[in-house]
Amino acid sequence: MNLRAIWAIYTYEMKRFFRTIFESLLSPVISTTLYFVVFGAAIGGRIEEVEGVSYGAFIVPGLIMLSVMTQAISNASFGIYFPKFIGTIYEHLSAPVSSFEIVTGYVGAAATKSLVIGAVILMTARLFVEIEIMHPSMMVVFLVMICISFALFGFIIGIWSENFQQLQLVPLLVVTPLVFLGGAFYSVSMLPPAWQVVTLFNPVVYLISGFRWAFFGVADVSPGFSLAAVAVFFALCLAAVWVIFRTGYRIKS
Amino acid sequence: MGAIVEVENLTKTYKDGLIALGGVSFTIEAGEILALLGPNGAGKTTLISALCGITAPSGGHARIGGHDVVRDWRAARRLVGLVPQEVALEPFERVINTVRFSRGLFGKGRDEALIERILRQLSLWDKRNASTRELSGGMKRRVLIAKALCHEPRVLFLDEPTAGVDVELRRDMWEVVRELKAQGVTIILTTHYIEEAEAIADRVAVINKGEILLVENKANLMRRMGRKTLRIDLVQPVDTVPEALAAYDLERIEEGAALLYHYDTRGDGTGITRLLQALAREGLCLRDIETRQSSLEEIFVGLVQEGAA
Repeated sequence: MNLRAIWAIYTYEMKRFFRTIFESLLSPVISTTLYFVVFGAAIGGRIEEVEGVSYGAFIVPGLIMLSVMTQAISNASFGIYFPKFIGTIYEHLSAPVSSFEIVTGYVGAAATKSLVIGAVILMTARLFVEIEIMHPSMMVVFLVMICISFALFGFIIGIWSENFQQLQLVPLLVVTPLVFLGGAFYSVSMLPPAWQVVTLFNPVVYLISGFRWAFFGVADVSPGFSLAAVAVFFALCLAAVWVIFRTGYRIKS
Repeated sequence: MGAIVEVENLTKTYKDGLIALGGVSFTIEAGEILALLGPNGAGKTTLISALCGITAPSGGHARIGGHDVVRDWRAARRLVGLVPQEVALEPFERVINTVRFSRGLFGKGRDEALIERILRQLSLWDKRNASTRELSGGMKRRVLIAKALCHEPRVLFLDEPTAGVDVELRRDMWEVVRELKAQGVTIILTTHYIEEAEAIADRVAVINKGEILLVENKANLMRRMGRKTLRIDLVQPVDTVPEALAAYDLERIEEGAALLYHYDTRGDGTGITRLLQALAREGLCLRDIETRQSSLEEIFVGLVQEGAA
C-alpha cells in the first residue's frame, strides 16, 4: 500500500479547499441562512410543529444533507475531472499508485470537505434554532457514510464527464430535485397517500429520514431501512469505481 | 552494465483497429541515452505510454529493471520518471508544491535538500514559489522534468522534450540530459529533431508505422549507413570533366570551380587515392579538399522512405 501517495493526493486536494476557504465556507453559510429566512421564518410561521419538532429545527437535517450531498459530489467530481481536463492525470497513471489509493485520496478529501461544510451548517443553524441531537453517534455515522458515498458518486461523475457541463448535470438535474422531493423540508406523512408511495422510490428519502431520526427520533421510514439504503448506495458506488478502474473506462486508452 | 529496459514483441491495437505498435522488440542498456526517432504518428508516444502504464499494451512483454510493467507494475513504475509531450501542470499550484506532490505520489518521504538540488539544476529555484501559470513555456517544461526527477528514477522517459522550445533552451535541455546521464540515469527520448538525436544520443532507434526499423549505436549507424562526399576545389575551373575521370562519376559544381565525388564508407576502398592520382595525371591543381558525412537526417529520411516503398 502506497500510503504516502494517498496522503499526497489527500493533502493536495485539501490545500485547494484551504486556498479558497472563505468562498468554500461562506456560500454554504449564506445559503443556510437564506433557507432559514425563507423556510424557517416565512413558512415556519404558518407551520408550528412537524411531528413534535419545531419547523425551524425540523428542516436542519435536510439542509445539511442538501449541502453535504451536493458538495461531496462537486468536490470529488471536480477533483478527478480537473487532472483529466488539464492532462496531469498522466502522473497518477504512471506512478506506483493503485486505483484504490487514488480513489481513497480523492474521495477522502472530498468527504472531509463536505463533512466540514456539514459541521459549519449545523453550527450556523444553532444560531437560529435550538437543536438537541438525540443519537449523536448515529448522526455521525449517517453523516460520514453519506459524505463518503456521495464523494464516491462524485468521483464516478468526474470520470464519466467529458466537459464541464456534464460535471454539473447530475448534481443539478438529479441530486438537487431528489433532495427537495425527498422530505428535506417536509415530512413524507404530510403528503397525500398516493404521493407517499411514489416518494418511497426516491432513495434520498431514506437518507434524510435516517439522518433526521438521529436528530429528533422521528422518521418517515425505519432507521434500519435508512442505514441499509446508505450501505447499498455505498456498495453500488464502490462497485462502479471498481469497474471503471478495471476497464480503464475514460481513463486509459 | 546490463539491460534496464527489455521490450519483447510489444503490440498495441486501439479499439478503432488502428495498430499503433506492431510487435516492437529492443533493449536499453543501463546508463545510456537512446533516441527514439520517427515521424509524427510513428508510435513513439504509444510506446512510451505502454512502458509507463498510461496505455495498456495489447500483447507482448516489457520489463523495467527486471519487473514486468503489467504484472509487477508497482516495482517497475517506481524506477521510471516520465516527462510527457504535452505541458500539463496544475495552473494555480506553486512550483515547489507540485514537485513535492510528485515525490509523494511515488511513495517517497519528504526530502527538501534533494528537491532544492533538482530545482537549482534546472534553474527553477528562484521560481519555486511562483504559480506554474506564471512561467514561460520552457520553464514549464523544466518543471515537468523536475517532477519526473524528484523521486530519483533510474530510467527517464522524455517525450519530445524540446518540441516548441527555442534553440538556446534546447541546448540547455541537452546539457541537463547529459548531466543526468553522468549521474547514471538511463534516458529514452523521443524526438523528430534529428539534430537532437545526433547531439546527445548514444544509440538511435528508428520507428515508423509502429515498427522499429533499426536500433543502433549512433556512430556506427552513421558510419555504416553514411555516404560521404569529397569536395575538390580547383585552382583553374574546368569546362568539362576529363574523359579519364569518367569512372569516378564526378559532379561539376560552381561552373567547374569544384568537383564532388560521392563514395561509400562501407566499400572495401573509397577510391580516393586513385582519384587524386588521376587528377594529378590530368594536370589539375587542387586548391582545397573537404569531406562531408551525410547527416542522420539523410539516413533517417532514406530509412523511412525505404520502409514506405
